[in-house]
Amino acid sequence: MAESQEGFLSPKTVLDEMKKNGVTHVLWLPDSETNWLYTLMKAEPSLTLVPVSREGLAFSGAAGVHAGGGKPVILIQNTGLLESGDSMRGWCLGMNVPVVMMIGYRGYTRHGVNTDTVADFTEPFLIAFGIKYYLVERDADAPRISVAFEESRKKNRPVAVLVGDEYHGFN
Amino acid sequence: MMQTAEMLKVFNRHRGDALVVPGRGGRFWVNISTQPSRDLPLGDPAMGGHAMFSLGLALARPKNKVVLFDSEGDVLMSMGVLPTIADLAPANFYHFMLDNECYATTGGQPVPNAKNVQYDMIAKGAGYKHTYAFASLEEFTGAIGDIMSLQGPVFCALKVVPEVINEAIGRRPRWNTRTKDQVIADMRKELGIAG
Repeated sequence: MAESQEGFLSPKTVLDEMKKNGVTHVLWLPDSETNWLYTLMKAEPSLTLVPVSREGLAFSGAAGVHAGGGKPVILIQNTGLLESGDSMRGWCLGMNVPVVMMIGYRGYTRHGVNTDTVADFTEPFLIAFGIKYYLVERDADAPRISVAFEESRKKNRPVAVLVGDEYHGFN
Repeated sequence: MMQTAEMLKVFNRHRGDALVVPGRGGRFWVNISTQPSRDLPLGDPAMGGHAMFSLGLALARPKNKVVLFDSEGDVLMSMGVLPTIADLAPANFYHFMLDNECYATTGGQPVPNAKNVQYDMIAKGAGYKHTYAFASLEEFTGAIGDIMSLQGPVFCALKVVPEVINEAIGRRPRWNTRTKDQVIADMRKELGIAG
């Protein structure tokens, strides 16, 4: 039986959350889940897409956008998050940058039997850096994205949204 | 090779009202600049990030020229930033890179292939609109006025004399008189950015 649309996190929902929260620049590195979101973002005139070749660069870039009065969002996979630790520490935590990072939760299955070790390390990594995170898996969870934006704004800190819909991606 | 401080003094004559991210040149620039509220001396939040920070700033402030004094060690660490800058092609971005052929702040160990890397060629290959390399202050002095009148992105590699530091970090003189928060707040106030 086909799953209902309500069981998915649609790319339009994610884009709508970005627009609702005034995002101006998307610093991102593609992962296997985000192609449809990319297509929508590219067509959205209010967004500037800033492609990076290594995830750590997204954090220093976000700090620059914020310093200049823009509103960045970071869109990466959890694999790239792990390699970004020092950049996240120095450029975002150390400079009190309010930024939401949407992180593809590769390997997460909801059932505890992760299919990739990166999923085992993702939440402990965020906890180690003292970064609050929210899990979104379907459209009904989308308001948590706005909660993350509000929290990052109030606390001047990075806040993570874990996109735990690897099976469907943003498709 | 040129002395970083002398080069920065020459640059300062052509700065206009550009925002300046002095990067590894920060300890010299803070004594040269006459517009500190348009300077972003951030120290070293995390190595390899100054170029991307400056790109983000340039994209968010398209009407302000943004000048970065990067280093070859930083560029080597994050070379992938060059195609990103070339791709976005901010017309207001001026990327200067100090090449002293070593890691001066850790005792002067050579960077990989220190004497043979042609960074201007790498930037050109990455897609920068204009690229330059200067090894003498005289050449730089003769060109900087024209460079600052170009539309970016511009990349300019500068051979500078290594000023090696061997003091333990805790015993080094602190040249930055403002916190990072204060630096950002001062610039935002100067530019009328809310928040």
